[in-house]
Amino acid sequence: MDTESTYSGYSYYSSHSKKSHRQGERTRERHKSPRSKDGRGSEKSVTIQAPTGEPLLANDSTRTEEVQDDNWGETTTAITGTSEHSISQEDIARISKDMEDSVGLDCKRYLGLTVASVLGLLVFLTPIAFILLPPILWRDELEPCGTICEGLFISVAFKLLILLIGTWALFFRKRRADMPRVFVFRALLLVLIFLFVVSYWLFYGVRILDSRDRNYQGIVQYAVSLVDALLFIHYLAIVLLELRQLQPMFTLQVVRSTDGESRFYSLGHLSIQRAALVVLENYYKDFTIYNPNLLTASKFRAAKHMAGLKVYNVDGPSNNATGQSRAMIAAAARSRDSSHNELYYEEAEHERRVKKRKARLVVAVEEAFIHIQRLQAEEQQKAPGEVMDPREAAQAIFPSMARALQKYLRTTRQQHYHSMESILQHLAFCITNGMTPKAFLERYLSAGPTVQYDKDRWLSTQWRLVSDEAVTNGLRDGIVFVLKCLDFSLVVNVKKIPFIVLSEEFIDPKSHRFVLRLQSETSV
Amino acid sequence: PTPLPGQDVAPQRVEIHKLRQGENLILGFSIGGGIDQDPSQNPFSEDKTDKGIYVTRVSEGGPAEIAGLQIGDKIMQVNGWDMTMVTHDQARKRLTKRSEEVVRLLVTRQSLQKAVQQSMLS
Repeated sequence: MDTESTYSGYSYYSSHSKKSHRQGERTRERHKSPRSKDGRGSEKSVTIQAPTGEPLLANDSTRTEEVQDDNWGETTTAITGTSEHSISQEDIARISKDMEDSVGLDCKRYLGLTVASVLGLLVFLTPIAFILLPPILWRDELEPCGTICEGLFISVAFKLLILLIGTWALFFRKRRADMPRVFVFRALLLVLIFLFVVSYWLFYGVRILDSRDRNYQGIVQYAVSLVDALLFIHYLAIVLLELRQLQPMFTLQVVRSTDGESRFYSLGHLSIQRAALVVLENYYKDFTIYNPNLLTASKFRAAKHMAGLKVYNVDGPSNNATGQSRAMIAAAARSRDSSHNELYYEEAEHERRVKKRKARLVVAVEEAFIHIQRLQAEEQQKAPGEVMDPREAAQAIFPSMARALQKYLRTTRQQHYHSMESILQHLAFCITNGMTPKAFLERYLSAGPTVQYDKDRWLSTQWRLVSDEAVTNGLRDGIVFVLKCLDFSLVVNVKKIPFIVLSEEFIDPKSHRFVLRLQSETSV
Repeated sequence: PTPLPGQDVAPQRVEIHKLRQGENLILGFSIGGGIDQDPSQNPFSEDKTDKGIYVTRVSEGGPAEIAGLQIGDKIMQVNGWDMTMVTHDQARKRLTKRSEEVVRLLVTRQSLQKAVQQSMLS
């Protein structure tokens, strides 16, 4: 039986200060913040004041207690002086890094963009200039334009239109990332286009403008050939930038450094930086969210293991550091501690507790969902109670499951991923779309990928690519590079897909024949 | 007669006089095996690819037991007809011809020790 006194389910820490009184072991009385009312003794009479956007349990940023278990009453001390308006060291580092990085990259980004657009404009206007310049400059000497010539005008116009649409489709897409180095293929293409256009202009300037060529049809055909060649360059761009990497050649194994979770992705011929981009885009939807609370237990165990050993130097002062550490390691290996025992029982106990909380949670949610019924269109006029929209319906049934949900989140150490506002939103969403209680709960029972959670807190957008080769090199078998963000890193190992030898074997359908093998006994 | 290679005992000649029971003439034993059967399931054969006809059961007090036929015997000939390459049904027919009252069988059997081993294993 649960003997702790009830409190309003979400105000674990009061909003004004983090100072809380904890007394006693069995009855835990909270420091009552003025805005909460509680009902003593019975679990069902919890009243909720107007919800705010605060996180459900823990404070926003300072995490002074690392181990959250149910017996915190005995082990924690009073925390004073920190409020939700202070920020931790981590956040300061993050903000300063944001500021210093954004300035440099913006310049680089805009430089590339302006060069490309200027070149594009020049290229687009060139055929038009070729066609228009002769009539403007020496109209009198020019031969009149016949029907073939005018037909070529139409062809130039349409080809330019197609080129425009193709360029828009291929190149004018929103940039999705800032890369450390320039794309080699894009740069090559820009240089190619530039050289091409310059050579055409040179030829035009020398042979046509200087000598005032009178054959207008020839000039128009020259412009048409330019547009044709541009269309072929566009085709080359498609093949180099888009098509070449579609055929899978490599398998990348991505391992997260903190908990070893790994995934595999298939890629074609890409440079290292583009492969890193693909990996990161898939990281947010494939990997479960990084939860630092799950890692603290193993660190504690390791610390405790070595903490009990001290090195004494009996033979006089000698600074043999390696000898000392080796002695410590050997002694630690030999010591018969029972930490494996502790680990086993602790994990079994944790499993049991999680399952129990989960059972309570599932029952509470199912009972809460029973009360909500969708109002059919015919019954609109004669509604028995008051009619609510999804948000109000969610707020109406939330109190009955709030406590069980909070305790479950606390046990599985997910409490700071879900604020009360987000839970209410999700509940309203599930009610609107007619989901079952199990569908509502699935988000809390298992950790999901990072995109599922609140965007501005968990998506770190600053990543560093660590590689011992130039990042514009292509992928090769055996390359290892690391993608680092503030809290953890992703180690990527590139393996080549082996060359597959596939041969065929023909089996005649008539060759499927079977016999019945008997063992009968007859008496005579 | 000399023992066949692989057998420890020489082939025996057994003469069975059929017993009349109502309309039928019975010999009092059961056979198994044949070229249309699965030889690997034969508990009595030494070579598991042997598709010959074997005696699988001898009924108590029947004509076969009186004549000295034993369980596990391999029947090589019946009245001169070969029984090593026949189907199960052909073997049955050759043994149960209504016109014959006496059948003379040529059987081979493994030595007593091996027969005991076989029966203990199966």
